[in-house]
Amino acid sequence: MTIDRKELDAAGRVRHETPPGPRTEVPAVDRVGVEHGASGSRVHLEDVKAYYGTKRVLHGITLSLEPGVVTGIIGPSGCGKSTMVRCINRMHEEVPGGRCEGRILLDEIDLNGPEVDVVGVRRAVGMVFQKPNPFPTMSILGNVLAGLRFVGVPRERRIERAEAALTDAGLWDEVKDRLSDPGVSLSGGQQQRLCIARALAVEPDVLLMDEPCSALDPAATMRIEELITQLKRRVTIALVTHNMQQAARIADVTAFMLAGELIEVGSTDRMFTDPQDERTEQYVTGRFG
Amino acid sequence: MAERAVLGVHRGRQGGAGPGAHPSIGGRRRSLADRIGERGLYLLSLAAASLSVVIAGGLVAKVLAEAWPALSAFGLDFLTTSAWDPVHGRFGAAAFLFGTAVSSFGALLIATPLSILIALFLSELSPRRSRGPIAALIELLAGIPSVILGLWGILVLGPVMRDTIEPALHDTLGSIPVLGNLFGPDYSIVGMLPAIVILTIMTVPIVSSLMREIFATVPAATKEGALALGATRWEMIRTVVLPHARPGMVGAVILGLGRAVGEAIAVTQVIGGTEGIRANLFLPSDTLASRIAGQYQGATSDLQIASIAYLGAILLALALLSNGVARLWVRDAAGAAA
Repeated sequence: MTIDRKELDAAGRVRHETPPGPRTEVPAVDRVGVEHGASGSRVHLEDVKAYYGTKRVLHGITLSLEPGVVTGIIGPSGCGKSTMVRCINRMHEEVPGGRCEGRILLDEIDLNGPEVDVVGVRRAVGMVFQKPNPFPTMSILGNVLAGLRFVGVPRERRIERAEAALTDAGLWDEVKDRLSDPGVSLSGGQQQRLCIARALAVEPDVLLMDEPCSALDPAATMRIEELITQLKRRVTIALVTHNMQQAARIADVTAFMLAGELIEVGSTDRMFTDPQDERTEQYVTGRFG
Repeated sequence: MAERAVLGVHRGRQGGAGPGAHPSIGGRRRSLADRIGERGLYLLSLAAASLSVVIAGGLVAKVLAEAWPALSAFGLDFLTTSAWDPVHGRFGAAAFLFGTAVSSFGALLIATPLSILIALFLSELSPRRSRGPIAALIELLAGIPSVILGLWGILVLGPVMRDTIEPALHDTLGSIPVLGNLFGPDYSIVGMLPAIVILTIMTVPIVSSLMREIFATVPAATKEGALALGATRWEMIRTVVLPHARPGMVGAVILGLGRAVGEAIAVTQVIGGTEGIRANLFLPSDTLASRIAGQYQGATSDLQIASIAYLGAILLALALLSNGVARLWVRDAAGAAA
């Protein structure tokens, strides 16, 4: 919440206005924010429509991602889950023909607004991808340092920030003796936690996770799920998953999408036990998808 | 082939063991036309592949045989002698080795950064719709016959070089110690610099299109990872694209070098064709390839012809070496990426 908004407001990038953001000054215990309630930002999508060329794939989504809460997004393949979260950090526009309409508010800032710098958006809204994608030419440490370099954290502070991020991602003890090994030498689950560390290092307000466990084995999946539960107090989390059990296990709020529409959203318990919409019920009981 | 025949019999037996159970596996032999077609294609392609090996081997043998009189007369001293004196029968390759090295490296020195920029523009920066046409235009450059480029070098480039570019280079860079000796003060229509420019024009299309293909192999997931972390396009290129592509880029440059080393006609037209080693890039010089193209027809003695063949052998060795190194390098890069 305390991240420097100017980085987003300015037409250009204003990086050093408050150098690495005051949040980094707060002691580690405080940053976890358990006693002080959740930090992170609220994301509000309002009538968001997304296109690939002329084909519309999202037909007006209105949804809020609340701080301190893991919002699970479920739905069958091709329903637009990934496209929706990729609109939030504006990665959708990297796809040829990708276009997004509607308002996406990060707290009070419209991320699609004309004044907003797309690079700033991605610094505030981090992302973890389906397949672990550590930078293949970089070491474990180098992967985490890369983002800090992008954000402009001064050189002498990067190492401690990287260590903190690796610790937060539950990876520090496993890699502290081999930080200069290639990032791709890690196991799949470790690589994914490295990617989470890399995203956390730049201290985003929101973390988008696009099926982060779909390429992992059950044990690695469990570690990531534990991690998500720990992280939700300091960063707003959107978790796209095709795995309903996963949503049931760790999402506090679940949103169900179908064919580019948001069908229903509510507390996970209610969504799975007492869905209001017939299609939600059919999906969560496994009758299609 | 023997193996295949055995396999065919084997399949036939299998079919016999369970007639009609799995007709598609072996119960029914393939039709006669199919079998003849398959065998015929195999033999034809084998012949074509063997032919290329035979031709390459024959080529090397013939060049060495032609060069033999010079090889036995001069030995390896040929490489360090810069004289080229048909009257007294003294020949050496040093001046042409020097000319080849300077013209090729000079061309690559300009062509490499240019090619990187073009490839980056086409693969990462330009609007998607313009990429195809621009790439096609650049590759069209590679299709210009080199003799046409050489003609352009004589008629257009040469005079501009002598009257404008070379004096300007001399005025700006000529006063630098040591390095200044490369730039002037004598100006000429033909010379090393026009050759470097022509070779640059000839290598840029190849090197840039190779690099574009190499940049295209950088996985989208890796690039997205950088962008999603808040990298600018330049930061993404610098931290992800270039490190990933570096080995392949080296290979592309070496392939370009091979092209520059071997180019004869256009260089002959613009380089001036003189012997001797000179630092001044504005003065006429000569390369291995250009010397071969320029003198073979008018050679006056058997020893001169043999010496020209010796130049050819050196050139062949250089070309094979650079090609081999580039291939190994690119393959290693591809292996590392996979």
